[in-house]
Amino acid sequence: MQSLEKIKKSIFSLIILIFLIISFFVFKFALQKEKIYSPKISENQIFTDFEVVGLVEEKQINFSEVLTGKNFYLINIWSSWCEPCKDESEYLLELKKNTPVMMIGVNYKDNKKNALNFLKLYGNPFDQIFIDKQGTISINFGAYGVPETFLINEKNKVLKKYIGPLNDKDVYEIKNITNN
Amino acid sequence: MTRMFMKSKILLTIKILIIFILISFNLKNIGVASTFSEEQTINITKNLRCLICQGQTIHESNSDFAESMKKYIKGEIENGKTDEEIFSSLVEKYGQWIVYDPGMSKNTFLLWTLPLLLFLIGGAIIANKILKKV
Amino acid sequence: MIISQLGYYSLIFGLLTSIFIFFNSSIQLKKNNLVISDKTFSLIGFQFFFVLISFISLIYSFIISDFSNETVYNNSHTTKPLFYKITGTWGNHEGSLLLWLLVLTGVLLGFIFKSRNEPNSYRLLTTLFHQIIVIGFFIFVLKTSNPFNEIFPVQTEGLGLNPILQDPALGIHPPILYLGYVGTSIIFSAALASMISNYVNKSWAKNIKFWILFSWIFLTGGILLGSIWAYYELGWGGFWFWDPVENVSLMPWLSLTALLHCIVTLEKRELFKKWTIVLCIITFALSMVGTFLVRSGILNSVHTFANDPSRGIYILTFLLVLVLLSFVIFIIYENKNFAQKSEIFTLSKETAVLINNWFILYFLSVVLIGTIYPIFLDVILDEQISVGPPFYNKLILPFLIPFVLFMSIGPSMKWIKTNFKFRAKSFFVIVFTMVLSFFTVYFIGEKNIFILLLFIGFFYLLLKSLDQLREKTKNFAQIFSHTGFSLLLISILLNSFSSREIVKNIQVGESFALKNEKIIFKKIAIEKEKNYESIVGFFEILDDKNTIINLQPEIRIYNEPEMATSEASIKTTLFKDRFITINIIKDQNFFNVRYQHKSFMIWIWISTLIIMLGGMFAIFRKNKEVNI
Repeated sequence: MQSLEKIKKSIFSLIILIFLIISFFVFKFALQKEKIYSPKISENQIFTDFEVVGLVEEKQINFSEVLTGKNFYLINIWSSWCEPCKDESEYLLELKKNTPVMMIGVNYKDNKKNALNFLKLYGNPFDQIFIDKQGTISINFGAYGVPETFLINEKNKVLKKYIGPLNDKDVYEIKNITNN
Repeated sequence: MTRMFMKSKILLTIKILIIFILISFNLKNIGVASTFSEEQTINITKNLRCLICQGQTIHESNSDFAESMKKYIKGEIENGKTDEEIFSSLVEKYGQWIVYDPGMSKNTFLLWTLPLLLFLIGGAIIANKILKKV
Repeated sequence: MIISQLGYYSLIFGLLTSIFIFFNSSIQLKKNNLVISDKTFSLIGFQFFFVLISFISLIYSFIISDFSNETVYNNSHTTKPLFYKITGTWGNHEGSLLLWLLVLTGVLLGFIFKSRNEPNSYRLLTTLFHQIIVIGFFIFVLKTSNPFNEIFPVQTEGLGLNPILQDPALGIHPPILYLGYVGTSIIFSAALASMISNYVNKSWAKNIKFWILFSWIFLTGGILLGSIWAYYELGWGGFWFWDPVENVSLMPWLSLTALLHCIVTLEKRELFKKWTIVLCIITFALSMVGTFLVRSGILNSVHTFANDPSRGIYILTFLLVLVLLSFVIFIIYENKNFAQKSEIFTLSKETAVLINNWFILYFLSVVLIGTIYPIFLDVILDEQISVGPPFYNKLILPFLIPFVLFMSIGPSMKWIKTNFKFRAKSFFVIVFTMVLSFFTVYFIGEKNIFILLLFIGFFYLLLKSLDQLREKTKNFAQIFSHTGFSLLLISILLNSFSSREIVKNIQVGESFALKNEKIIFKKIAIEKEKNYESIVGFFEILDDKNTIINLQPEIRIYNEPEMATSEASIKTTLFKDRFITINIIKDQNFFNVRYQHKSFMIWIWISTLIIMLGGMFAIFRKNKEVNI
């Protein structure tokens, strides 16, 4: 009877001990983990059932007409008031020149005059530009803000998602994927 | 005599209780039926995390992201989407992290059941303690 | 410069004193001295003194804006008002840890002073265990978070204090909170000591009860100040967000509340010894877990301090050591003395205390699991989830109903055995509760059976608590805290159901309406202060009786560091707060105006104060016959 009590107690202590040690290691790993949250790329197709308006020609079309499924698409969200976008335009121009990617710009919470000025100043890498006055189109893509870039394949699947301005490594990666 | 008096009082209390509960049940069904999109937007945005802020809901935040999100949700409601449709499409885009309600899934099964399990275990220990005669 | 040096060396002396006290008290324990020597006592005084010197040096460095000190440079600015220079001392990681250390050594001094009549071995052992914590924190401060780091070349201007921390309530929030939070350390040390010296009995309970109440009152106050600050400073009119950092202060509070009820039972009946000790350990462990979660930057939160993984690893390891230490001591000393000798009757105050602990520990487990589960899930399965208010509401609210019902009848239970009698008075209380709840539910227009049940429970608790005022032997401590608690629950519930809000984008001169009120945006003005510029919106609220209320919300643009904050303008009345904030909309002439009616806000603060008042009654009560 007494020994049974004892066994019970030691099992209980052992469980607590194991729990403590597991917790310790979980917290330790949690400390080393990246704190900045970025969602995993969903395997799903990009949603295309919303309407967009062009920046240059203010024509309203359905976004599904834009992604016709012929090649890769690079959707870049930018704005004239966004400082990192200025540095990014160089990379975008390079991608335009050296890849078969269809470049789609989304002009985020901007006004037309400033946007066109920006393109004049830093070059226009885009095949098509749409305006996103309210920021809601970016949300349709699952974006946070500016700048943000999505690489989409011919099946409308999101292959890569870049939060923040593109860098050398990203450009290299995009070239690799699209030139194969 | 007093016993009788007491009994009738208990009965009366129970009767009053039942009446109150019945009334409130009936009232429940008459409740507000207006689906005002403003209010619905608030209800949804209160349950969404502002992903670029620190520990704020979309409803509370004034950041660019939150403002766009509010407009987006209002638009979706006006397009006739239900709350569930809006939530699930956002989860698909931004991950489970965006909703404050963790919901029930295989990932959150323990989250919901563990506290309840502990409650039951606690209850068993206490019952054992009280009923055990030394 | 010199003052900063003084602070640093004072800290080192403090550490050396601690090590000395540690060995000194172990030697005395071995010798089995019957009286604690004056030397140990004065050493503990010195230790506190050294930390105090160090703390004052840091405050001084902040006041004179000594930018050769890295902490001052990072967190202050010459244009800050004096008050915020001082409160800036603990508005950062390094300074707040020094405050932590000050409280840690202070409570030990207080404990030694207050326990003059206790057995010597108990006092020495408490000192010994406490020194382990003190030394741990000394090394932590000196190694990873030295507040007296110098920077060279000396800067002429500092980086400034985060504007949202420039606020009177938040200025005093950390010291108050820490007195409660760190106060739990002495409960931990004393619990371990009492176990080893075989002193877990009535007189120990009497001795440690003071420190439990002390921590509990200050923790309540600290949480209250934090909530008040969040309410008016964060600008959306909420006061509790189930944010992990808030949870972290709520957890020790819950376990202290459970402990408070247990310790009285131990004092009266010598029951629940083992459990009381476990609660003492849990309480302090939870404070440490909280410190770890907040300081390591593991959480996404409003309160994050600068991230430094080495700090996290240090606290985590230290926490593990302390928990394992107490675990081992518990296993070894958990002996026959702890066995329950007397019977517990089903209808008794003892049972009521057990049920109280059962529910409180359940609430604690909900909060704990809700806070750390996402971390576990992230590490183990790499899945990110958010656990927010819906989770806590669903798991806590239904359990509140039986909890408050037990809480209502608990106090009228007697120790050992109660003969339950149904009296006419009880009948009237029930009827009155029903009527009151029904009208409240009807009034706020939430015709929902669940809400009705919540109100019935809360009002029943309120009336039962107030009813005790008619009894001959009144226990004001219990009456006040239970009344306060029921008022708090009622106010929160009313607040969440009858608050209204409206958000509009309008220009100057326009107006909008909420219920029977008209809100007019009169004009806008720019004002310049020492540490910020502000855009002030002038609003006039007109109700149907044509009374005018003026509100002036601001957008402040602080200069150092440059940052914009939105300052709410609040008009408080007995039944509702009128709360207004404005925000600029980019590229447009419109302002985003958020106007809210926050019901019963003031009652949330008042009821928390009543709860604290209950605790104070318990502290200052003479050795009269005590119930809980």
